[in-house]
Parts: sequence; C-alpha cells; structure tokens
Amino acid sequence: MLPFVLRRLGLAVVVALLVSTTTFLLLRLAADPAQALAGEGATVADIENIRRMYGFDQPLPAQYWAWATRAMTGDFGDSIYLKSPVLELIGDRAPVTITLALCSIILAMAVSIPLGVVAALRPNTFLDRFALGTAVVGQAMPSFFFALLLILVFGVHLEWLPISGSDSWLHFVMPSIVLGYYAMPALMRLTRGGMLEVLGSDYIRTARAKGLRPPVVLFKHALRNAVVSVVAVAAVQLGFMLGGSVVVESIFSLNGLGRLAYQSIQRADFDTIQAIILMIAGVYVLLTFLADVLNAWLDPRIRVS
Amino acid sequence: MSALLEIEDLVVDLPVAAGTLHAVRGISLSIARGETLCLVGESGCGKSLTSLAVMGLLPKAARRRATRMTLGGEDILDATPDRLSDIRGQRMAMIFQEPMTSLNPAWSIGNQLEEALLRHRRVRRAEARDRAVFLLEKVGISAAASRLGQYPHQLSGGLRQRVMIAMALMCGPELIIADEPTTALDVTIQAQILRLLIDLQREFSMGLLFITHDLGVVSRIADRVAVMYAGEIVETGPAADVLSRPNHPYTQGLLDCIPRPGTVARGARLGTIPGVVPNLAGRIEGCAFLDRCPSRRPHLCRQPVELRGLGDGRAYRCILPPADAAPPAPEPAFA
Ligand SMILES: Nc1ncnc2c1ncn2[C@@H]1O[C@H](COP(=O)(O)OP(=O)(O)OP(=O)(O)O)[C@@H](O)[C@H]1O
Ligand SMILES: [Mg+2]
Repeated sequence: MLPFVLRRLGLAVVVALLVSTTTFLLLRLAADPAQALAGEGATVADIENIRRMYGFDQPLPAQYWAWATRAMTGDFGDSIYLKSPVLELIGDRAPVTITLALCSIILAMAVSIPLGVVAALRPNTFLDRFALGTAVVGQAMPSFFFALLLILVFGVHLEWLPISGSDSWLHFVMPSIVLGYYAMPALMRLTRGGMLEVLGSDYIRTARAKGLRPPVVLFKHALRNAVVSVVAVAAVQLGFMLGGSVVVESIFSLNGLGRLAYQSIQRADFDTIQAIILMIAGVYVLLTFLADVLNAWLDPRIRVS
Repeated sequence: MSALLEIEDLVVDLPVAAGTLHAVRGISLSIARGETLCLVGESGCGKSLTSLAVMGLLPKAARRRATRMTLGGEDILDATPDRLSDIRGQRMAMIFQEPMTSLNPAWSIGNQLEEALLRHRRVRRAEARDRAVFLLEKVGISAAASRLGQYPHQLSGGLRQRVMIAMALMCGPELIIADEPTTALDVTIQAQILRLLIDLQREFSMGLLFITHDLGVVSRIADRVAVMYAGEIVETGPAADVLSRPNHPYTQGLLDCIPRPGTVARGARLGTIPGVVPNLAGRIEGCAFLDRCPSRRPHLCRQPVELRGLGDGRAYRCILPPADAAPPAPEPAFA
C-alpha cells in the first residue's frame, strides 16, 4: 500500500509541474494582462508602468519561478481584478461547485446503475431499448439546450423550481439534473455491459448451483463485479464536475468555480486562472487515486498485485 | 437399491442461427444412492447440457423436455423455481469443469463456502465457518482456518477445485454432479482430485454422476457407465462389463483410443475413430454413428435403432449382436 501511495504522490507532483508550466506559458502567450488591467484608453507609458509593477516585464522563467516559489508557501497571489487573494476566492466559490458536482454524480449513479442492471437482465427488450435510447439522446443533446428546456418547463411554465442563484437546495435541482444527465449514458452503458458479461460468467452459475436466491446472485455476486469499471469512470466524471461546469453554472447563475474560471479568462486574471487549473488537476489526481483504492476494495485481485 | 436420480427421455434443444440444435436427444438414466455413474463421450456430445438440465441451470434459451426427472422421488422437472433453488446446493450439488473461473473473485473463499450452508440451514455463521474448515481439511487443504480469508486468485487451480468440492459438500447433498472436474488440471493433481472424490463419495455415500471423456477414469471409479454419442446414450451397463466386452462399435472405438501398456507397440499409432460427429442441427435418421461405424450395415442402420436391453443391466443401441454372443456372424452376402 505505501509504495502505491508514494508512486501516486510522485505522479501528483509531475502533474502539478506539467499543468502549471503549460498554463503559465499558454496564458502569457494568449493575452497581455497589463493591457487588460490598464483598460481602454490607457497610454503606452501607463501600460509599461503596470507591466513593471506586476513583474510582467521579467523573462518567463523568472516569472514562473517567482510564482512557483510563492505557490509552494501556499500563496497563490491576488486576483488583479477582484483585488482579493485567489485562495479566498476559490474558497468562496468551491462549496457551490462541490454541492453541484456531488448532487449530479449521485443522481447520475442512482439512475444509471439500476437502469443498466435492468437493461442487462432483459437484454434486447423494450426496456433495454428505451434505456439505451434515452442514453443516446443524453449523449447527443447539448447541455445548454437541455438546461433551457428544463428552465422553460419547470421554471417558467410550471414555476416549480427557481431558475437562477444558489440560495437553497431547490436551486440545485435543475443544474444537477442537467449535469448528471450528461454523465448518465456512459455509466449506464458500462453497467449494462459489465452486468451482461458478469451474468454469463462461471461463478454466477456456481452461485445459482448453490441454490442462492436470485437477488443474492444479482447483488452479491454479479453487481459488485460489474460496477468496478463504473466506479472508475464515475470518479473521472466527478473530477470534471468539480472543475466546475462553465455552461451549467452560467445558465443557472450559480457562483461556482466554473463561472469564476470563465470570468477570469475573460479578464486575463492570470493568478486566478492559474490557481483554478492547478486545483482542478489536483482534484483529478486525488479522485483517480480514491477510485483506485475503492476498486481495490471491490476487486481483491487488484489489492494484492 | 432405490433410485436416487431418475431421468426418462430427456431432450434438450438449443436455438442456434441455423435452426434448432438437438443437443440431447432422449436420454434416460438412473443413479442409486451411493452409486457412481460415469457419463462418457467425446467433446460436444451433450454431457454438460445433460448435467445442467438436471440442475435446472441450462442457458435461458435452451428448452428442456422429459417424461420424468426425479431426485429421491421428488419431481425436479416441473418444480417451481423456488423449490428447485431449495434443492440445488442442498440435495444435489455440482462441481464444474473450470476451477479457475467458477469461484467469485470478489469474495473470500470462506464467505463463499459459508453462504452455501447459510442459504439452506438455520445455523449461525460461526457454525458455518466450522463446517467450512472441517470440509476444507477433508478435501486436503492444510491450514484450513487461515485459508478462509483468502481470495480465489490466491489459490492454484487444484486448490480451487478442492474448494469447489468442499463447497458442494457443505449441505451434505445426496447427489453430486461432477462435470469433468479434472480436465483443466495437470496430471498429478488430476489423480489426487479423483482419489479425493471417490473417497468422499464412499464416506458420505452420495450418488455421483461423473462426467468425463476419459475411459481410463471410468475404469477406476465407475460402478456403471453410460456412453453418450451425439446426444444419445449408445451403451450402458456395469462399468467392468462394458469396458471389457463393449457391445457398441463406438464404445469399442473409444477403448481402442486408450494406450494400454503391453497392447500397443512403441511408436505404433493409437486407434482413432475416423469421420466426424453428425450435425445435431437437423434430424438424424437411423443410427447416429452410421457414417463412422466400421461394421455398418447401411440398409439396416437407416431405420431408427432402439436401445436394446440385455437383461444383465446392460443395454446398447446397435443392430449388431452382443459381443459375447458366440462367434461374430459371417459377413452377409448382401452387405
Ligand atoms: N449455450 C449454448 N449455445 C449454443 N450451443 C451450445 C451451448 N452450449 C452447448 N452447445 C452445443 O451443444 C452441444 C453439446 O454441448 P455440451 O457442452 O453438452 O457438450 P459436452 O459433451 O459437455 O462437451 P465437452 O466434453 O467439450 O464439455 C455442443 O455441440 C455445443 O456446441
Ligand atoms: Mg462439457
């Protein structure tokens, strides 16, 4: 276990290094923060001043070094636009995104795993086709369109749900459905495929030969083996969601990380973008690690090797 | 001896792309308590499907028919799925051909052993564990208690098959069906597992339906043997008699394929049965073995050939006279 954790830590460091240098370079190549800060109608001298003040005139490696050494001490700089520490900003926005991501993935798994199981139990029947069809629609429909559809029906027409903001849990219902729906098709197909494979396996025949009742065969012997791959994919999807969904957060005016990232890019708010992207990468590494641990628990073969 | 398992005219059909595969075509057999019946035949003749039909574990698409199928007098043909699952594992248990894949990789072997008992008996888990340890020792696994926490992938094929045997014994079944339990194992382990099965069968006086394609195994363990060809039983009887004086050309052919010390010269070719098994997808008119039979009488063999009883517990499905019925008839002029 310890070598496994150490290897993962090493990997995390490599990822952090790669991600931060890449974003650093790309950002510097894409925009000039001094110009953005100075705003319209600033003189060349003003811009030069700002550039020198913030250190944007230094060579890139020096700038990166300066940022990296500060970042190591936990100081990710200030947002040049919102004038507050980046970490504080992220801390403010994270709860919204985390709530949304968790609700979405739980909803997605709660719907797609049972559907996948049912589809596998009755392959090529109406139910199976229906579930698969819904999944295909889910994959094909852009989430902004689905979001607007929900807003029209449940927000505007029926007036059951609030359409913007993040004040109560009701505000999270529609965004979670939109974001979760997007994750469902992959999870459902994986569950269905996994179950079909497992149900045809020799150890399921053994379980039935012992006289075990169908629910025990299904849940104890089949599902546990079938969900191993589902868990791994769900973890990756959760990683995506924790980075914040620009589209969903924007449509429903949720003040989460996705929206913050989007706004920061528009404002050339370098330190904020840098920190958010690094955080997303970190979450990714952490989640795949947790998924591996969970899989090892589900599948003893992984545990030993 | 009262019959433990009785099967009359069992038919198993499988839908396949080309139509219907008549995999088992009217099999009757019976096993007494404490008796070992070997079902032999080459690959694909329907041995596994026969055993799965008895257990009620046929693939979903398969269709099963029979005039009678009873275990200890109880009907297992039309039993409700619920009742059947009560019987499975408790009164009849099965050991499969593939020890590597027949145990669930996600659960410890202790758990899988215990659940077999917990399903059928009102006992506490501790008692189930004791029984598991007792049986693991019985099947020759050392340090049994410490094995309970192990997972299938940590065990070799031979050990896994021992675990499968222990699992089959958990409820003390009256009938054990072993479908080529040693085919996937290497030769030394094969012999051990075989020995083990016979000893256990004697000790607990269980009925044993042993499926194999190896006549050598039959001669070592069987009380009676049923030789299967293309979904039918072509010869049956006490193992010693059938093996020493086979009546059916197919049985004779199988025997010729076994090398026996002293009877085969070094480097000499072993016997083979020429030709191929008939296609089971269509109807087979007359004798199924006709095309491969060295002593066929085409004009006689085209009609359905009935299983002929000989009164001494033997029966065979051939128009030829029994082997020990005096000198073989001279070749008829019209052949
Ligand atoms: N699920 C299935 N679908 C289609 N055909 C099948 C299926 N199971 C078995 N068969 C066919 O039925 C016939 C009998 O199969 P069975 O498994 O009973 O043979 P067997 O005598 O056990 O052979 P082996 O010695 O190789 O195990 C074979 O021709 C096989 O191809
Ligand atoms: Mg078989």
